[in-house]
Amino acid sequence: MSDLDTVICVKGLRNSFGDAVVHDGLDLSVRRGEILGVVGGSGTGKSVLMRSIIGLQTPDEGEVEVFGQSMIGREDTEAKNIRRRWGVLFQNGALFSTLTVAENVQVPIREYYHRMDEQLLNEIAAYKVAMTGLPADAGPKYPSELSGGMRKRAGLARALALDPELLFLDEPTAGLDPIGAANFDELTRGLQETLGLTVFLITHDLDTLHAICDRVAVLADRRVIAVGTIPELLALDHPWIQEYFNGPRGRVAADAAHRQASGEAAAGA
Amino acid sequence: MTASADFTVEDKPEGRVVRVTGALTLAQLRDLPSRLDAVDPPPSVIDISGIERLDTVGAWIIHRAARDHNATVEGGDEDAERLIEHVSAADQPVKVRPDTRPPFLRVLGEIGDATAGSLRTMVGLLGFFGALMISVWDLIRHPRRFRGNAVVRQFEVVGVEALGIIGLMSFLIGIVIAQQGAVQLRQFGAEVFTVNLIGRITLRELGVLMTAIMVAGRSGSAFAAQIGSMRLAEEVDAMRTIGVSPMEALVIPRVLAAVVLMPLLGFYSSLIAIIGGGIFCWIDLDLPPVTFVQRIREVVPITDLWVGLLKAPVFGLIIAMSGCFQGMQVKGNAEEVGLRTTSAVVQAIFLVIVLDAFFAVFFSSIGWI
Repeated sequence: MSDLDTVICVKGLRNSFGDAVVHDGLDLSVRRGEILGVVGGSGTGKSVLMRSIIGLQTPDEGEVEVFGQSMIGREDTEAKNIRRRWGVLFQNGALFSTLTVAENVQVPIREYYHRMDEQLLNEIAAYKVAMTGLPADAGPKYPSELSGGMRKRAGLARALALDPELLFLDEPTAGLDPIGAANFDELTRGLQETLGLTVFLITHDLDTLHAICDRVAVLADRRVIAVGTIPELLALDHPWIQEYFNGPRGRVAADAAHRQASGEAAAGA
Repeated sequence: MTASADFTVEDKPEGRVVRVTGALTLAQLRDLPSRLDAVDPPPSVIDISGIERLDTVGAWIIHRAARDHNATVEGGDEDAERLIEHVSAADQPVKVRPDTRPPFLRVLGEIGDATAGSLRTMVGLLGFFGALMISVWDLIRHPRRFRGNAVVRQFEVVGVEALGIIGLMSFLIGIVIAQQGAVQLRQFGAEVFTVNLIGRITLRELGVLMTAIMVAGRSGSAFAAQIGSMRLAEEVDAMRTIGVSPMEALVIPRVLAAVVLMPLLGFYSSLIAIIGGGIFCWIDLDLPPVTFVQRIREVVPITDLWVGLLKAPVFGLIIAMSGCFQGMQVKGNAEEVGLRTTSAVVQAIFLVIVLDAFFAVFFSSIGWI
């Protein structure tokens, strides 16, 4: 099933740490150009799934294909060619603390394009920093001088440095205030539309799910129990899904998304 | 595979037209940006209808050329136009590195910072000592708050678990002293004084000093790292809000363990060093152990033992205080924990050696020679 429209294909994944089995027989596929939200209770292995896909965690069993190429047991030098086609935003930004924000953005470009002109490199860093909504004076700052939200934006700028086709975001809005989180959602959506990205988005944020995700994958019982749009998921009769989307927070987020959608429709008319 | 980026120049009545073709992406750019800059006279129209693929870097190149030469961009499809618009909206001057001061000023500033920093540390350490004394007094008045379990745990970590490494180190040092002493003294036919050397130097100086260095490296650093990471995780703040004094829960058990155990460890270290030296004397100088012990008892005055044992608790206090003080100073990020741990060890060893010099002069002048 390595047709062109599937960017990530995970089959029969099994991960365990000692006696604790995190995934068992997990299947998931991500289509080109979509924003796939991954949700699940704490400890259901959302981050482990992401780490398995990007090759930071070797699964016990199973097959992981990215861009139609198997990622399991691949040599580092071969994997490099696939890695340059994706960008990863870790939970806390994972910026290199000894480099400034702009230098952080330049790291991936320097790694793959050694003979890049220094002037152009600085310009690229500058517009990437600006594109992610950071102020101009953030470029020469060190990560320790930034707030949590700015660090996430800087991490996103670095993830986008190589103009990837695929973007992994690990809880991008966690720890941001609601306004910052909404801005980040808008930013993700805008970049996805402009650059034609495929986004693998781990989140707990119901507003994010409603606002920007094309499909949502639900992790529970050590596998993906359902994938679909939110209305499709709501039609399912799984207690966790019902509680997740129909709980007090889920309802508020759904109402907000509904209001916004009808507001936009009215403005458009 | 798409063709790499290239362009052709054409002069038309409305001005010079540059037609860009191929994939204008980061991977396929090659030397296009510099060649495009070198077009002379500059283009007034940039035609991008021949572009097969475009990413943000390509869009930036087009935007830059158009901006610099005041040219218009033509022939792009909707996606390309949107991408260029997106990139041009992000066109703002961004510096890559913070401004640097001239080297002379920077060096001067760093010297000043370092001086002020070490003064602040000394004052801080003194303040910490005062706070510790207040807590100790509180604890003496309310002995029920004393945390026996924590103290016993620290005894184990600081003392029992250190026995192996301190023993091995002392044994080897004893051998080295004996061997070096024997070689030098043999030149005067005075090998027999090797025993004096071993007995006196280990009990008076090296036993306690080497133990202090080992404890500073083993436990002082651990104190700083433990308390530092607890500060980062806001555990210390949590303690305060619950009403538990971090001084009583964290600092006093560690300080007490170091103060009580340093004399014991120092004495143990001296003993093992003497055994090591004795074994060397037996093998190399044919001095039987019985004679060796007898000689030790004759030549080492009891005051040498007091010198070592009196210094040890003070060293223990210094080591534990530096560790806990530096740990408590951690704020901000994980990098700070590493820095503070390093300074805890450096500070402890430095202060121990400075104090040791004072002790040496003091004990000599009161006649404990």
